[in-house]
Amino acid sequence: MSFELLEKFRDPDLCRKMLDKMQGDLTNDLRFMEVCGTHTVAIFQSGLRSLLPEKIVHLSGPGCPVCVTHESEVNAFLDLAGHDRVIMATFGDLMRVPGDNGRNLKKAMADGARVKVVYSPFDTLKLAKENPDDLIVFIGVGFETTAPTIAGTMKMARAQGIENLRVLCFHKTVPTALEALLSDEAINIDGFILPGHVSAIIGVEPYNFIAEKFGKSAVVTGFEPLDILQSLTQMIDWRNKGEAHVVNNYTRIVGENGNPKALEVMYEVFEPTDALWRGIGLIPGSGLEIRPEWELFDAKKEFGITIEEGPALKGCKCGDILKGIKQPVECPLFGKACTPANPVGPCMVSTEGSCAAYYKYKLD
Amino acid sequence: MSDKVLLDYGSGGRASQRLISELFLKYLGNDELNRLNDAAELAMSGRLAMSTDSFVVDPIFFPGGNIGSLAVHGTVNDVAMMGAIPRHITCAYIIEEGLPMDDLEQIVAAMGKAAEEAGVTVVSGDTKVVPKGAVDKIFINTTGIGDIIVDPAPSGDAAKPGDAVLISGTVGDHGLTILGTREGLDFEARVESDSASLNHLLIKLVEGLPEVHVLRDPTRGGLATTLNEITSSSNVCCELIESDLPIKAEVKGGCSILGLDPLYLANEGKFLCILPQEHADKALEIMRADPLGAGACQIGTMTDANPGKVVLVTPLGGKRLLGMLEGEQLPRIC
Repeated sequence: MSFELLEKFRDPDLCRKMLDKMQGDLTNDLRFMEVCGTHTVAIFQSGLRSLLPEKIVHLSGPGCPVCVTHESEVNAFLDLAGHDRVIMATFGDLMRVPGDNGRNLKKAMADGARVKVVYSPFDTLKLAKENPDDLIVFIGVGFETTAPTIAGTMKMARAQGIENLRVLCFHKTVPTALEALLSDEAINIDGFILPGHVSAIIGVEPYNFIAEKFGKSAVVTGFEPLDILQSLTQMIDWRNKGEAHVVNNYTRIVGENGNPKALEVMYEVFEPTDALWRGIGLIPGSGLEIRPEWELFDAKKEFGITIEEGPALKGCKCGDILKGIKQPVECPLFGKACTPANPVGPCMVSTEGSCAAYYKYKLD
Repeated sequence: MSDKVLLDYGSGGRASQRLISELFLKYLGNDELNRLNDAAELAMSGRLAMSTDSFVVDPIFFPGGNIGSLAVHGTVNDVAMMGAIPRHITCAYIIEEGLPMDDLEQIVAAMGKAAEEAGVTVVSGDTKVVPKGAVDKIFINTTGIGDIIVDPAPSGDAAKPGDAVLISGTVGDHGLTILGTREGLDFEARVESDSASLNHLLIKLVEGLPEVHVLRDPTRGGLATTLNEITSSSNVCCELIESDLPIKAEVKGGCSILGLDPLYLANEGKFLCILPQEHADKALEIMRADPLGAGACQIGTMTDANPGKVVLVTPLGGKRLLGMLEGEQLPRIC
């Protein structure tokens, strides 16, 4: 999409009109949760956060793949990073994520671990060919957005006869997590801004349960200010009418059925499994694991890795923040013991985490 | 000479002498350097500005320059930001055994050309060759010295509320070029480093204006980090107008793909000028008259609202913090 076209979705006059309309239509608080780290950042970066009416209560949900990567999963890849034969390949986001004892991939590199930041999972194929005596282990973190390209990489590796590539699969799926959130009676959310990138793969249908089963609204939304304002305006309108809907506002990118080819590749290689979410805990059926017929590529099998829930981080409220029960500034560690330079909890770890966004962008 | 740099060339013996005379003096030679004394003899007095910098850029060749020209531009600019005329530089080369001699020649030639264009002489140098793997191809340190011609000299702690914040052109070009070349990323539109010596333009600027509070080149950490350093030192607030920030569409596009913020990317041919608002138009006129300042514009104002902070005013009229970079920028997952 051209920048000129995108600029139309940032039109300040139109945004002002929508903000004014929203102000007039709001009768009481609207608690909305955005389920994508990129939305969190977009809301702050555009300045929208400082302009939204006070009655709009903005909650950042479990939509940042780094934030929800469980500490046991982090420790697993940090343990592997020191292995003699292993070259870890990862997206840059994971480089500073802390494991136990303050370990992270940056420090592992300083201690001699071989870690390569890649821009695409397909870069691992070249790495594997260039290092035939080593094992390339790609850290498979992310939602439905990234899982298909990693599945595609494994398919290509098989086609090319590459046998020294492994994937440490920690993929998670979004709709299952939303259902778990809505099933928790302590959580009070009026509507969801649904992730644009994930929805481009899975489409709209997997979210229909939000309205049908729970009577809440949800809108698949793009990342420009007008995208976000339009979705909020709609949800206010529906709530005022006592209605609940799930709709797709991001039609320039997201088809109703998503990307069936990507889904086919994803489920050819992966199958659903239970997954641990950092700050939340076990959500049945919310993860992906490598199917037995692809086990040559499975780093968990190769190295006998199991993921287990440990004790919660003392004082850290990230679980409540990811569930929309608390705001980042309500955590006693926020900005004190927990900062982007020294993150304690998951929401401060990632550049797209809600605590990191509050810390980085919030003026007062 | 061999077609590759050998450890012998750093021995201090005949091989070293050949490298110095047949390569370094060929491109960098002048009356002072040619004497090959242990130190240079300089006739300088008064208030002097001196700066040193080490260049370890990867890749060593990139669109818009190479590590040799960059090593001159970086140090010349650092000296010039003090309101000084850079006069002389020194250079120290640490070379990895096995570097192709052609590469070294291109680098030294680029250094000589850059020094000539900047009007500085290379008066002292050093060459070391280290075993393969001890450095990444080549590292260069340069030190520069110059005469300060402005009183008081511009300084990072001298910004005041009411000052205009000017930038000499687009930001992020160098940083994205280096990253793109390093990773072999093929951007749709070509980006090129802005690496250049700014001293001639800066001299025109300081000579043409009665008062310049801060001059600073936003290199590593980019515009955002540099402005944070200034607001912190000066205890003022910088309000940046986002829609006024000059960023090339191709840089915006490349950053958008990689999940990077151009405001944190390095620049090697741009400078910030902070001065009383009443002199801003004159400053922009001087900057725009020079090709290196053709894209100059005002991007913000210093205020006393949030001392020590940089605040970005978005096109919607919202305000948010623009903080200092924590570590290096890394590409994101999605």
